[in-house]
Order: sequence, then structure tokens, then C-alpha cells
Amino acid sequence: MSIPKFTILESAAVLMPAQNIDTDQIIPARFLKTTSREGFGENLFYDWRYNNNGEPIKEFVLNTPQGRGTILVAGHNFGCGSSREHAAWALADYGFRAVVSSFFADIFRNNALNNGVLPVQVSEQFLQQIFKNSALNTNKKELNNNLNTNNSLINNPILKIDLMKKEILNVATGQKENFEINSYKQECLIKGQDDIDYLISNLDEIEKYEQYKTSSY
Amino acid sequence: MAKTIFDKIWDSHIVKNIPEGPSILYIDRHFIHEVTSPQAFSGLEKRGLKVLRPKQTFATCDHNVPTLNQDKPIEEPTSRIPIEKLAQNTRKHKIKYFPLGHPSNGVVHIIGPELGITQCGMTIVCGDSHTSTHGALGNIAFGIGTSEVEMVLATQTLMQSKPLQMLIEVNGKLQKGVCAKDLILHIISKMGTSGGTGYFIEFAGSTIENLSIEERMTVCNMSIEMGARGGLIAPDKKTFDYLEGLFYSPKKEEWDRSVKKWSELKSDLGAKYNAVYSINACEIEPMVTYGTNPGMGIPVTSKIPLSLTDNDSPINKSSTKKSSKIEQSNNETPSYIKALKYMGFMPGMPIAGLSIDYVFLGSCTNGRVEDFRAFASIVQGRKKDPNIIAWLVPGSKKVEKEIEEEGIGHILREAGFEIRQPGCSACLGMNEDKIPANKYAVSTSNRNFEGRQGPGARTILAGPLIAAVAAITGKINDPREFLP
Repeated sequence: MSIPKFTILESAAVLMPAQNIDTDQIIPARFLKTTSREGFGENLFYDWRYNNNGEPIKEFVLNTPQGRGTILVAGHNFGCGSSREHAAWALADYGFRAVVSSFFADIFRNNALNNGVLPVQVSEQFLQQIFKNSALNTNKKELNNNLNTNNSLINNPILKIDLMKKEILNVATGQKENFEINSYKQECLIKGQDDIDYLISNLDEIEKYEQYKTSSY
Repeated sequence: MAKTIFDKIWDSHIVKNIPEGPSILYIDRHFIHEVTSPQAFSGLEKRGLKVLRPKQTFATCDHNVPTLNQDKPIEEPTSRIPIEKLAQNTRKHKIKYFPLGHPSNGVVHIIGPELGITQCGMTIVCGDSHTSTHGALGNIAFGIGTSEVEMVLATQTLMQSKPLQMLIEVNGKLQKGVCAKDLILHIISKMGTSGGTGYFIEFAGSTIENLSIEERMTVCNMSIEMGARGGLIAPDKKTFDYLEGLFYSPKKEEWDRSVKKWSELKSDLGAKYNAVYSINACEIEPMVTYGTNPGMGIPVTSKIPLSLTDNDSPINKSSTKKSSKIEQSNNETPSYIKALKYMGFMPGMPIAGLSIDYVFLGSCTNGRVEDFRAFASIVQGRKKDPNIIAWLVPGSKKVEKEIEEEGIGHILREAGFEIRQPGCSACLGMNEDKIPANKYAVSTSNRNFEGRQGPGARTILAGPLIAAVAAITGKINDPREFLP
């Protein structure tokens, strides 16, 4: 089985500056009861996205025009808490292909990689620049509106992620940064292969290890 | 070269190292439950694979189960279907399953150790972050995602990069009325929710040595709440005494051989860690959380901090990496205000005296018999506050049985409490046990995230003593004033 291939991604950034966004916020536990991997996108960030009556909360970014894009940019320590892979499935199902943050929780990082969603860890300074950029654009838009121009300027900064170069570019500012990913995982994502394919190809070695362990006990 | 206990277990489980990549790590024990396994089994089927070592995987249902009337069919289909799937999948693949009502059923991290499936020096995984609990007996145990559950089912291995290592040394005597939960909430309040990310933690020192095995499980259980991959404690005589004679523990000559081998599982003198912290146990007070992550904890006697930095008293450390809590504290204000608003708190207000609506005793953190003993020690001879709704949920059928055999059940019922049936229950509210919006719950569980116990629920994490005090007084109070 394969995961979606990832090479270069360029998209408007969807901004969620909150820190410590935990997996209970990404997908609340009560939505974990289905037995398939599909359809979690509609409940992504449910309790932030909808009010008690199930109506969209207007101010929440996913309910605004700025909620369109395939790169989520979030505050420090994204994905902490529960190991539920449903969080990665929900992000992928909604359409996100990458998450940019200054820090990721371990289990979430693995889950994301196993589903072709690239976690891009950047410096706090690079991250804050993306958020600041957006604020500037908002001001510009207000200015344009005041001048009665018909400019439909998108607030969100455009980001370009190049997995081959392990590089992220903030298109508006030209600011670039390299991110880390081990070469094994990098290759998996570029080729769209997952770990099981690789592990299965090593079954002989696994059995050899088992025999050695039994005999040495 | 001097090795840590982590190095010793890790190195002996490497099947293969990939240059510039992760390692293939062999997994000794694998636990599965109804929520994170169905998609793994369907993945296997799609690929036409079988379970490689069915005897090394054990299954229980716990997350979705009702905590009343477990002998009757589960009414809610969304809870029932994943449990039926688990029964089908385990039958088909010949995996040992402890179904609802089975004398060994219970919360996955409670039953593993109590049955002796969890031993020492093992690699243990489960599709649940609190798998770190099993580290208390001296294991590398950590939570995994569903794709990884599928990998373990198919190959009994995982692709893993070796984490950094942290030593947290705790020395000194815990004050009376201060329990293991207070110890770990104290540590997390100093480290922050990401201070342990990238690390595997070894807990050591005289305080840790003096903890019972069940208390050690509470500590290791919550190591994930500071972001750590897991936490472990070197096994000692207490560990071996705990394991001896359990159903799945080795027997006779194999037992002697195992104990000899397990006795070598300690960190060598001079072994290197990437970070070392030391904690003075005498300074720890009974703790509660006031915010929406487990790092937002304070002594029950103190006031809600004016800001997160206000709560930062540095702990002794010699680290190669700066604590991320310190790095992030300056720009955390909006999140801090949001958390207090969610909880309905004002900065500077005292937490003691706050009126409570619900009390939850249970979960893989505090659902063992010692926790029920502690709770009963306070409520004995007193009465439940009539305004409190209390859910007392044993972690397993075995705990449920022990409660009755020891007479704890009688004490609790005399005080006006009802004991429910085992399951994860209100820890994450996947069953009917949900805390309503804006209600305050004192919970012995592990997470106080927004909506964790139900949409809008306001969770205050604490140990079983503070929970007992809340249940009889209807308020948060210092448990030291209520000790027998």
C-alpha cells in the first residue's frame, strides 16, 4: 500500500497561532468510533469550528476564506497528547499535506509521516515571521478596501516546501530555512512508500533475530 | 562503555540499523484495544498479510465500554461496533482477547502488569499514548499510531529512531498526604508539556525507589504529558516480588533465570544522559491543575498564577538542551488567557475552596487498588457531599474484585458511593461518562485538555486524596487536613 507522494508543495498557509494544540482539539475522542480511516476531515477541530448547536463559528480560521490552503501553520508543540492517528487522518482528509510549526510532539510526527502529511519544523523566528506577514497583509487589505479597489488580496502568506532540498520558503519575504527529516523518511515520502513495505522486505532478518534471541536466553 | 538501562534494552532489540535512518526495533509485547486497531486489521487484509506472532499481542476492550450493566448488550451502535470488530479480528488472527466481563478484562495499561504480560527489559507498544505506564517495571514502553499497530501485527517490529535520554532524579521523603500523582504533576509543572519531547526519561533516586510498583506506574504513565516518548524505572526486588506468580510471569527455572537477567537492568555508573534534572521530594505539595494542559499545575494551597512565567521556579538541571518551557514562556500569554477563560478562573484566585460538581476516580493513571485504598482512607466514616456526582471506576475486573475482598467496597458504599464497572470511562468520555459543559470535575486521570472529558467540561487533575476530599466536601481542599 502506498502513501501520497510528496515532492514540492506551494500553497497559501492556513494560520493557527495557538500553542500546544493537542490531538483532542484536532479530533475530539467522541469522533473516533468509526472503523475506517476516511471521513475524519469533517470533524477536524470540531469543538473550535462549531458551536453547541453545530453551527460554524464564523471567526474560526477554517470557516473563513483564509481557511483554504494545504499547509497548516501552527504554534509551538503541535499534536501533543493522545497517540490517535485519527488526528493525522483528519488533517489529511481535510486536505492538508503539510504542517509547519516550531515544535512537534513525537507520536504525532510519526503518525503524520506515515500518512504522507509532512511535519516541517522551523525556527520560532521563521514561524513568527509567517504570522506577522499575515497581519501585514490584513492591514494592506484594509487599506485596499478603504480605497475601494476591487483587489481580492489573500491574507495568507504563500509557502513553498521542497522536500528534495529539505527547504521551506516564505514567498512574500524570500526568507528560507532548511528543515530536518531523516533520509529514509525523505525517500519514503518522495516515492510514496510506507514502512510496512520496507519491514516486510526484512522478514528474513527479523526471523534471524528471533532465533538468535531464543538461543541466547 | 557505560550504558543506561535504556541503552541496554534498546540495543538488545535492534534487528537492523539503517544508515542515516531509523532502526528496525523488535517488539516483545503488543497490546491492542477497540479504538486504534480496526483500521490496522483492515490494512493487513488489504495487503493480504497475516499476523506474524499472534502470541505476542494481547487485546482488551476499554475505551468505549459502558461502566454500568456490562452484562447487557451495548446499546449505542458506535460503541458496540468497534468492540465487535475487535472480537472478530482477534478470533480470526488467533490473538488472546479479554472481552467485556472476562475476569482479566480492564484498562489495557492496568491489565498488562497485573497479569504479568508486562515483565522487565521488554519492548512494549500499544496504540495508546499512556503505554508509558509499563516502563514502571523496567521496560521501553511507548504509544504508537494505527499505522504502527499494523506494522507490529505484520512484522513484530517498528521503524524507530533512538530518542535522547533524560534522567530525572528524585531524592528525599514525600510529605504525608503527598502521593505519586502529586510528584508527577509537580515534575510536569516544572518541565512544561513539551519539556520531555524527543526524550525517553529514566526516573531514579531514593524517592522513586521507595515508591510501590503501582505508584511507579502513576509516575511513568504521565511521563508522556511532558512530551516524553516514555518513562522507565530500573526494576528491583519490589518489581520481582510484584511479578512473581502472576498468570503470565515465567515459572520455576525460567523465573530464576529471568530474575537473574532482569537484575542486570540498571544504568551503569558514568552512563551518559542528554539531560539530567534533580528534584527534592520534600518540597512537593499536594497538586492540582488549573488550566487546560497537564503542565498547568500548582500546589493546592496556592493561587492561580498571574502568568505562566510566574509559576516558573527553576529546577536543578544540567542539560545539553534548553528547556522548551523557558523558551516559549514569553509568548504564551494568549494561550494562557484562553485556558483560564475556558476554566472560568481569574489569575490570582486561590484554588482551594472552589466548588466542584463531579469527581472521577479511575483511569490508567489512578485506577488501581492502592488508589481506591487512598480514596477510602479519607471517606471512611464520612458521607459523600449530596451535590457531588462521583464516578468511581476500577481499572480492571481484578481491581474490582480486590476492592470487595479488602472491604473497600463496603466503606465506599457506607459513605454513599457507588462503584462502577471497569473501563477508561470519564478519562476521555468515549462512553456515556461525560462531564457536562462548564461543570467542574476533580479527576484522577491524566489530561485536562479542552473538551477531553466532554465538550466544555472543566477538568482539574489531582490525586485520589484530593478527589476524596472533593467528594465529601464538594470543594477543592488540602487533603492533609483530612488524613486519618
